[in-house]
Amino acid sequence: MEFKFTTENQEKIKDILKKYPTKKAAVMPVLYLGQEQNGWISKEVMIEIASVLEITEEEVFGVVTFYTMFFEKPMGKNHLQVCTNVSCMLRGGYEIYQQVKEKLGIDNMEVTEDQKFSLEEVECMGSCGTAPMMAVNEDYFEDLTAEKVNEIIESLKEKN
Amino acid sequence: MEKIVLPDIKDLHKLDVYKANDGYTAIKKALSQSTDDIIDQVKKSGLRGRGGAAFLAGLKWSFMPKTTDKPKYLCVNGDESEPGSFKDRQIFDFNPHQLIEGTLITCYAIGAKTAYVYIRGEYHKWIKLFQKALDDAYAAGFVGEKMKETFNTDFACEIYVHKGAGAYICGEESALMNSIEGQRGYPRIKPPFPAQNGLWGCPTTINNVETITNVPKIINNGWEWFSKIGEPKHPGTILFGISGHVNKPGVYELPSGTLLTDIIYKYAGGVPGDKKILCVIPGGSSMPPLIGTEIEGVKMDAESLKAAGSSIGTGGIIVMDEDTELVKVLARISKFYYHESCGQCTPCREGTSWLVRILDRIAKGNGSSHDLDMLINVASNIEGNTICALGEAAAWPVRFMITRFRDYFEERVQKEVTLPVKNKVHSMRETAFPIAPQTQSLSRADFKKD
Ligand SMILES: Cc1cc2nc3c(=O)[nH]c(=O)nc-3n(C[C@H](O)[C@H](O)[C@H](O)COP(=O)(O)O)c2cc1C
Ligand code: SF4
Ligand code: FES
Repeated sequence: MEFKFTTENQEKIKDILKKYPTKKAAVMPVLYLGQEQNGWISKEVMIEIASVLEITEEEVFGVVTFYTMFFEKPMGKNHLQVCTNVSCMLRGGYEIYQQVKEKLGIDNMEVTEDQKFSLEEVECMGSCGTAPMMAVNEDYFEDLTAEKVNEIIESLKEKN
Repeated sequence: MEKIVLPDIKDLHKLDVYKANDGYTAIKKALSQSTDDIIDQVKKSGLRGRGGAAFLAGLKWSFMPKTTDKPKYLCVNGDESEPGSFKDRQIFDFNPHQLIEGTLITCYAIGAKTAYVYIRGEYHKWIKLFQKALDDAYAAGFVGEKMKETFNTDFACEIYVHKGAGAYICGEESALMNSIEGQRGYPRIKPPFPAQNGLWGCPTTINNVETITNVPKIINNGWEWFSKIGEPKHPGTILFGISGHVNKPGVYELPSGTLLTDIIYKYAGGVPGDKKILCVIPGGSSMPPLIGTEIEGVKMDAESLKAAGSSIGTGGIIVMDEDTELVKVLARISKFYYHESCGQCTPCREGTSWLVRILDRIAKGNGSSHDLDMLINVASNIEGNTICALGEAAAWPVRFMITRFRDYFEERVQKEVTLPVKNKVHSMRETAFPIAPQTQSLSRADFKKD
């Protein structure tokens, strides 16, 4: 499927380009825009970005594969990221991860059949003082307990 | 005790509140002095970097060439991804304008007209908060071209936010610059150092968010005032983030040199269930761990911690009680550095993978004393043989934890502990050296246009 940036996003790209002396430097912010519009970074998104920024497709591909926050496949509408790094682990991070995994019936980087949820085991998110934690898309949920996790998932199920 | 970075002032994140508390007066004062004067004051204040290496900020600034026909840059490092560290986000949250003002003063001192504030991608919320403060400061004429009018000067400086995308290694200063340039976050070989050859080959200074946030107060209250706070060799306050097995985890701003036991027991409320402490990591997960029974009298500043056999790092304290499964902790820490290695250097790329595999074997209950020696051997062969300090970050926890807790590990080499970890590995392993499990949906061949 062909990918083109919306006119609104094309304007945003113009603004982004003003921040840097080279076009190439805009690749990360522009990838974020592409991901926002398309849901994930498809081959077509990368090809379009390469042509917009006048860099090679390999350069775009290299950046996408390096950074974990660019998704190379469609993820769920609610992307659940559970931290299991040390500080979270010491306060039950793995138990939370296990709970979410069982509740949704999916493993790391998998998506539920209805596309509503996906799960990712993440590294330290900077919430060690409010551990354990999980993020849903861009929002942090901290000081988690099994009950809270249940509530969050149930309310997400109802919402959309 | 007076707080410098996170004062207890309600709504300080709002521009009018910040202004009512002497906000944007330090930049005005700085602009009336010579750049050499500013650098000199910061040098004399003794301000040391809060990003890990505790390097003298003023000295770093003085490395910037005075005369050059190239543009100069400042990078403000808010990548904050070291496990156990969660302090810079408090600044974005509660005192963003002081960070902006510090950025302006630093730019003026080093002669930079552009600053990039690099914030880790996961911090969506804090990026928005900081961007809001920045927009307000622009609108009020404190940043950008309008500065000239506001402060009646010919200096102007732009500040931009660059959002990371989930790679710990981009906190390393040269990887951070590559990331801003739109490349993979590969650390660069040094020399040349950033002050000579940084962003786009131009002179560049990189400082941590907390370091920069201290600057306006130094200019306003004077270097002498600052140099008298805390330990003379590492003066000022430090944002200590304490996590793990304590009753009140969180960020505490305290004078450098505060006793580690005071932070744990007085401020963080001690260990739940009054349990004993088995192990403490004093400065983020890459720093050598201390034995719980040996933390009495240890002060939290660069020199004291060095003497105690560890390092101040980012001031992120991780406390582990007596029931902690250290094998699991070490295996998890090693997994992190394996996951975050950029893959450029063989000792780091392969070594971290070895560490993980041996530790997994031990965690599965199939280890031996020989494995412990092998871990120390592998770790020692990573250290000092790599482009960047992630090599040390991966090696230190292993080498020091096993040496310091040898008996503990000997006892457990054949005891099973579970450890499910499996996530995307963002390194050359994926493309060039496929030794890690493949999690990618696209391959290079797929990508080529037909
Ligand atoms: C692997 C690695 C990760 C790092 N991550 C960070 C980070 O997230 N934030 C930071 O300020 N410094 C980080 N640093 C240190 C930076 O390279 C650099 O020394 C620091 O930003 C300089 O600022 P300072 O002098 O104000 O401390 C990291 C270093 C290494 C080797
Ligand atoms: S030490 Fe590791 S992270 Fe640093 S450059 Fe080498 S491979 Fe990359
Ligand atoms: S260890 Fe989980 S947020 Fe830091």
